[in-house]
Amino acid sequence: MIELLKDLLRWLTSGSQWSGTDGIATRLLEHLQYSLLATLVAAAIALPVGLLIGHTGRGAFLAINLSGFGRALPTVGLVTLVFLASGLSMWPVYISLVALAVPVIVTNTYAGMAAVDPEVRDAARGQGMRWYQVLFQVELPLALPLIMTGLRLACVQVVATATIAAYVSFGGLGRYVFDGLAQRDLVQVLGGAVLVGVLAIALDLALAGVQRLLFRNRPPRAHAH
Amino acid sequence: MISFKDVSKHYPNGTTAVDRLNLELPEGGITVLVGSSGCGKTTTLRMVNRMVEPSSGTVSVAGRDVLAADAAELRRGIGYVIQQAGLFPHRTILDNIATVPLLLGWGRRKARARAAELLELVGLPSDSGKRYPHQLSGGQQQRVGVARALAADPPVLLMDEPFGAVDPVVRTQLQNELLRLQSELRKTVVFVTHDIDEAVRLGDRIAIFRTGGHLVQCAPPAELLASPADDFVAGFLGAERGLKLLSLSTLADLPQEPAPADGDRWRLVTSERGEPLGWRDTEGPEGDRAPLLPVRALRDGDSLLTALDESLASPAGLVARVDADGVLTGVTGRERIHEFAGRRHAEAGRAAARKNATEAEADEASQAAAAHAEADDEGTPASDPSVTA
Repeated sequence: MIELLKDLLRWLTSGSQWSGTDGIATRLLEHLQYSLLATLVAAAIALPVGLLIGHTGRGAFLAINLSGFGRALPTVGLVTLVFLASGLSMWPVYISLVALAVPVIVTNTYAGMAAVDPEVRDAARGQGMRWYQVLFQVELPLALPLIMTGLRLACVQVVATATIAAYVSFGGLGRYVFDGLAQRDLVQVLGGAVLVGVLAIALDLALAGVQRLLFRNRPPRAHAH
Repeated sequence: MISFKDVSKHYPNGTTAVDRLNLELPEGGITVLVGSSGCGKTTTLRMVNRMVEPSSGTVSVAGRDVLAADAAELRRGIGYVIQQAGLFPHRTILDNIATVPLLLGWGRRKARARAAELLELVGLPSDSGKRYPHQLSGGQQQRVGVARALAADPPVLLMDEPFGAVDPVVRTQLQNELLRLQSELRKTVVFVTHDIDEAVRLGDRIAIFRTGGHLVQCAPPAELLASPADDFVAGFLGAERGLKLLSLSTLADLPQEPAPADGDRWRLVTSERGEPLGWRDTEGPEGDRAPLLPVRALRDGDSLLTALDESLASPAGLVARVDADGVLTGVTGRERIHEFAGRRHAEAGRAAARKNATEAEADEASQAAAAHAEADDEGTPASDPSVTA
């Protein structure tokens, strides 16, 4: 066991392992690229949907159920399915990662909007705000802490799942996991797993920092939602 | 002026919130809408700024049908205060107050300057402008709500149970503040409450609603108290109608007499400056060393109800009266208060009777006209005299 950890440490810290076209640095950047792109696309789809449902109060039932369905989809199965349909391309990876992130962002955005005090919404309309002013000046700022939580959650899940890019022969940190499994190289598998975990935690902490910076003037009540 | 003409509001589930309402709210006065919950008073208020749209009939503000205006623009011209204040928790107090000026495009600097003025007007310290709503007490939040509604100086102010969620002491303060503001600003105020005492205190006119959205009676408080239209109104006004009527008059209308001199049993002991300290029983066994019985000195602005209460508590049946500095000016006896109260009651009753008589004539005339119209057009529904204010 101690030997294994020593090997792992050596693997993670050796300079030759980090450099080169299949070095850790390259794989890390690939992994980041897959994850961030997928999260951004998912946010671009899910935020408007969640905001619209939250603002109008309509379609919530449908959206929540679709989200539940989306969450229940096995990602590996989806990748295989899209792979069979589209052939060798990045599409299977991005489609399944986006499908994974969208439900999380939609439900959190909707929850944030639903938590806005109806009296505050009523007051905003009553003061003469138009629908988009109510949405962007009152509802969105008040829902933002929960929306940010949804984005963080989605981001962590996507980072953890982006290993499947290697499953369909692309790069990213999953390379080490799948190659290591094929070569029965336990150190390499562990190394890849550790790197994925560290990346996920680092991104989550970074987003938490952004969140804290954004809401430092907030009443504690709005945080608690 | 705000007017409702044959206004009804039905909801898709079959409930009727407001039923053929005809009501005119005079300019520059406070009209209080009262009734138990579900009587349509809040719906009536919300139809003025189109937060609720009438199913039929016309609501107009200053002669314009509210449905003809753009809803958002209409609302920017009408102040709106709601029960929990409904302040924006993510904005400072100053920015909350500046909401409507900013929507009207005044620019941030001018809007903030105006907000600072209003902070002072509603009696809040200027440093509270930088704070957030959750850092203020319920009463202070409600003041901010009023300031926000007044920020763009709208001619009409809608207040939906604005003081319902604060404790009685703060509520009385806020009511006094509202009356003070109103004496300066003379807005057309529509005020919804379920508290009849609040209605009597604040209203220039009171409109009483019954469940199902019927307006039962609309009249000045004195007239309402002296001559309720029916048992429902009488029941709503409560058993102490006569006492409530007293709360509408002040002590200023009653003459004073000199305080009892030596030789009377009860002597009013004053300080060197002339402030009443208490009543002393000079015929008691302890004579001049007898302990003082408490006195609550009243000013001209105090209500007759307070005076009557004090005359009951006072051992001599006399109310001690003081000037603005708290110096004794004289006393008024229990009998005087009774006599005056009886006269007030009779006057209010006579005024109501006179008004009812003229209204009955007007109703007969309008019914005759309606009958005439019906003869011409069978489809025209006759107006319902019971809801005509």
